[in-house]
Amino acid sequence: MTSPAAPLVRFKNVEKNFGALQVLKGITLDVAPGQVVALIGRSGSGKSTALRCVNGLEMINGGELEVCGRKLHAGKVDLLELRKDVGIVFQSYNLFPHLTVEENITLAPRKVRRIGKAEARDIAAEVLEEVGLSEKAQAYPEQLSGGQQQRVAIARSLAMRPKLILFDEVTSALDPELTGEVLKVIERLAREGMTMMLVTHEMAFARSVANTVVFMHQGRVWETGPGAMLANPVTDELRQFVGSGL
Amino acid sequence: MLGLTIEQIAYLFRGAGWTIVLSLLGFVGGTLLGLPVALGRASKSRLLRFASGVLVQLVQGIPLPVIMFVVYFGISIAGFDVPALVAAGVAMTLYSGAYLGEIWKGCILAVPRTQWEAGECLALTKTQRFIFVILPQALRIAVPPTVGFLVQIVKNTSYSVVINFFDLTYSAKVINNATYKPFTVFTIAALIYFAICFPMSLLASRFDRRLHRS
Ligand SMILES: Nc1ncnc2c1ncn2[C@@H]1O[C@H](COP(=O)(O)OP(=O)(O)OP(=O)(O)O)[C@@H](O)[C@H]1O
Ligand SMILES: [Mg+2]
Repeated sequence: MTSPAAPLVRFKNVEKNFGALQVLKGITLDVAPGQVVALIGRSGSGKSTALRCVNGLEMINGGELEVCGRKLHAGKVDLLELRKDVGIVFQSYNLFPHLTVEENITLAPRKVRRIGKAEARDIAAEVLEEVGLSEKAQAYPEQLSGGQQQRVAIARSLAMRPKLILFDEVTSALDPELTGEVLKVIERLAREGMTMMLVTHEMAFARSVANTVVFMHQGRVWETGPGAMLANPVTDELRQFVGSGL
Repeated sequence: MLGLTIEQIAYLFRGAGWTIVLSLLGFVGGTLLGLPVALGRASKSRLLRFASGVLVQLVQGIPLPVIMFVVYFGISIAGFDVPALVAAGVAMTLYSGAYLGEIWKGCILAVPRTQWEAGECLALTKTQRFIFVILPQALRIAVPPTVGFLVQIVKNTSYSVVINFFDLTYSAKVINNATYKPFTVFTIAALIYFAICFPMSLLASRFDRRLHRS
């Protein structure tokens, strides 16, 4: 059993290769319950790959990775069970275009958790309220703005009652004026104590909302610390990265 | 009328009736065969891809009339005496199944891979992902080309004339032999074929436009 204080995610020297290319070169990183960890770094530094390993979309090739008490390096983990605990939201929303907002949200609770129709709709109403889109339950994704679609994607994840949510550059496809509404939702989840790992290019946001910022560089955790570290980088690489205004 | 008797014209329409029956057989059989073929062709398993691929390549590489002959005489040699309708039905099933399978494979693969991934990340099983996420989107994409292919099915039933199946083409041939009015007879046959096919083409292009608008 994991004690309450044990980390939800524990990377220990995690390595990941795509063929001959080593993308993660020994990542060590813990995420405690209730924590928000922001992954930052240049394009290609392995941020998305690290995130995708957490919910088993990618399998690691070396080291140890424990997520919600499951040892992903030990083989034979039930990935579907893992994904009931770990939600993920992508840059491209990936809503189901043939389903209404409400159906998008209730599909997994109904089919996976076998929750009844009425209860599933209650959950949908609750999570839509959380992301501020109660009035859009019967809309189709194509009728929504990008920011609204992304909030629905977050609501869809929340409806599974995950212990941990992963966010991969969820605002990168959005116009600046729509970015704010999505970030507000994430901030709210942070205040409510949701455990989150997020890859982001929004430095100000990372700084304000994350308990820990992880700067990845060339497949390694180059520098890590509280948000304030962005104001006082130790390594040249982070200084350059922050200075480049990304 | 047109130098043909009412009986002769009625005979043509009886042939047209059997053309429709054979088309329906071809479509229903083709659907039953085409679905597993599409699944096999779109599958990750190499064995399934290969097996369904062999069927598709075989059927696409052999002219339909030859398939009709092979099925018809094949069944006779095996010692069964079947009516031409059954042989033509089996041949049309093979033909439509292979082509519909290819069409539908394309529709399944046209649904973005990220949709599979989104379902996977919500802990849906593979079957649930296919049924609730992929299939409804693939079906929507499949409507225009499927309706379009129905026209091919109807027109290609005319090849069953090679095994003397009594369809519209066959009945036209018979009436022509009796009346020696090839132009009149085959023009009537052409108009009937057109009357069956044109509404379907129209429907297909309307579906196509609607799909592209949304
Ligand atoms: N499925 C894959 N197959 C092969 N190479 C991959 C695959 N996924 C990622 N890579 C490679 O791994 C490296 C790290 O990619 P990753 O997507 O993790 O970077 P990232 O830090 O998220 O970058 P970005 O900011 O551009 O999203 C890149 O060189 C990328 O080309
Ligand atoms: Mg990335």
